[in-house]
Amino acid sequence: MKQTRQFSTISRRHALAMLGAAGAAVLVGVPAYADGAAVAAKIKGLTGGKSVGEGAIELDLPEIAENGNAVKVAFSIDSPMTADNYVKAVHVMADGNPTPEVASFNFTPTMGACSASTRMRLAKTQNIVVLAEMSDGSFKQAQATVKVTIGGCGG
Amino acid sequence: MAKIKPRVKVPKSAAAGEIVEIKALISHPMHTGRAKDKKTGKKIPRKIINKFVASFDGQDVFTANFEPAVSANPYIAFPFKASKSGAFTFKWVEDGGAEFTASKKMTVA
Repeated sequence: MKQTRQFSTISRRHALAMLGAAGAAVLVGVPAYADGAAVAAKIKGLTGGKSVGEGAIELDLPEIAENGNAVKVAFSIDSPMTADNYVKAVHVMADGNPTPEVASFNFTPTMGACSASTRMRLAKTQNIVVLAEMSDGSFKQAQATVKVTIGGCGG
Repeated sequence: MAKIKPRVKVPKSAAAGEIVEIKALISHPMHTGRAKDKKTGKKIPRKIINKFVASFDGQDVFTANFEPAVSANPYIAFPFKASKSGAFTFKWVEDGGAEFTASKKMTVA
């Protein structure tokens, strides 16, 4: 019992510290938890304000993730992957995690196809946005919602 | 802490022009810097694999940048068009600069 009480004291202290950190984060313009606005800002930063098209990206995400600690995220993009027409980079973002970025990938024409698969952590039910940067400077995006039963943020 | 061990799966042989799938995984806890040690109640500092680079015969073909939102034991799969025989080199970079590498040969018939 004693130990439990000790734990709760520490977590309260941590909670306060986190509040302080959140306050500091707001000052520099980064919210403690990312939201749609953070993702939108991130996309704007990546695209430089260019308009983003839809389509061409196929997402493979579970509708419901039982465990937010490892959620499969896979995508494939229809592209000829030739030296003058290929997918340069793909950014994966999530709007309900402490930070919007999940991962980014850089592709080269030698790969012959554009797809990738990895596993990510999701803190709660949220939208996943995949933004692709083409070699001609245009952007495409796709979005999907994943329902998370148990969050995967630790602590 | 568990040993950090890379594992990669590359087909031993492929037909010319075939698109093969390369799978790479490294055992790594990917500490986000947010979780707390259950015993001490202290925060575990951030330590993740932040970069993965795959190269073929010395030329970088694919790179991935990981953020703390990538799961422990980061796994990555990507396609590669087989055109000639050669060797893949995979490199993982940890926060702080430590590097882990693995390599695999592929024969193209």
